[in-house]
Amino acid sequence: MLRDIGTVGQRIQAIGRRQFVVSASAAALFLPAMLRAGPALAQDAVPTAPPSAVPAPSPATPETFDELYARLTKGAKPTEGKLTFEIPEIAENGNTVPFAVTADSPMTAENYVRSIHLMSTANPQASVALFYFTPQSGKAVVASRMRLAKTQDIVALAEISNGEFWVARTKVTVTIGGCGG
Amino acid sequence: MTGKPRINIPKSIKAGDIIEVRTLISHVMETGNRKDATGRVVPRQIIHTFAATFEGKDVFRAELNSGISANPFISFYLLVPGAGTLALSWTDDAGATVSEQVAISLS
Repeated sequence: MLRDIGTVGQRIQAIGRRQFVVSASAAALFLPAMLRAGPALAQDAVPTAPPSAVPAPSPATPETFDELYARLTKGAKPTEGKLTFEIPEIAENGNTVPFAVTADSPMTAENYVRSIHLMSTANPQASVALFYFTPQSGKAVVASRMRLAKTQDIVALAEISNGEFWVARTKVTVTIGGCGG
Repeated sequence: MTGKPRINIPKSIKAGDIIEVRTLISHVMETGNRKDATGRVVPRQIIHTFAATFEGKDVFRAELNSGISANPFISFYLLVPGAGTLALSWTDDAGATVSEQVAISLS
């Protein structure tokens, strides 16, 4: 869970950087004006604009499925057979493919499924959704509808309270792709 | 976000039951990958978080990405320890939050 909070943090940082780039370039534009306005103002402006320290944001290269999967499992080999998909083998409309994921867990305070991460191997973004459970969930079952850009494998990875990982993988054939390609 | 979400729970609930909670909300779930007629990327506008608590205790939470379909349907389960209030909330990229409360009474 901490790791995922980290992900959100990174995203916020990324947004911060982007806004910072904008403000830095705006500062550069107005810097000559500020210099004319007076030395005190110019000094105030200087610390906000170290342009060399700003890496270019790269929204064009999102994390691939392999990168995401490796980051989540940290090299561990997840157990198969404890997590199951309910999803059509052939999806006529990739814009809305119903699915359910079920984890075979007692969901007690000592032994429960913390999260199920749903991933696609060929969508523009590998991470589709991350579902968190608690013992109060009673059952580690979630259902929703997903977009599939084209025929591909989809993968669910569950993290158990004892640190284990469970995985399920299934192929879905898509007749008309989703994601507004 | 517009419209009231639809929330469905079983009619008859006893203490200790594990019930399915089915939810549906109207939302465009714009992926951020699409371009408009002029070739400009349409900015992402999705519900990124759905959360459910019962009597203030976390039950279920979902972090959604653009791979979830428009008008997201989400179904999850709840162990009902007794009568109480189930609170649900949906939050989107524009910062809008829709919150709903469902009173769960025993029969």
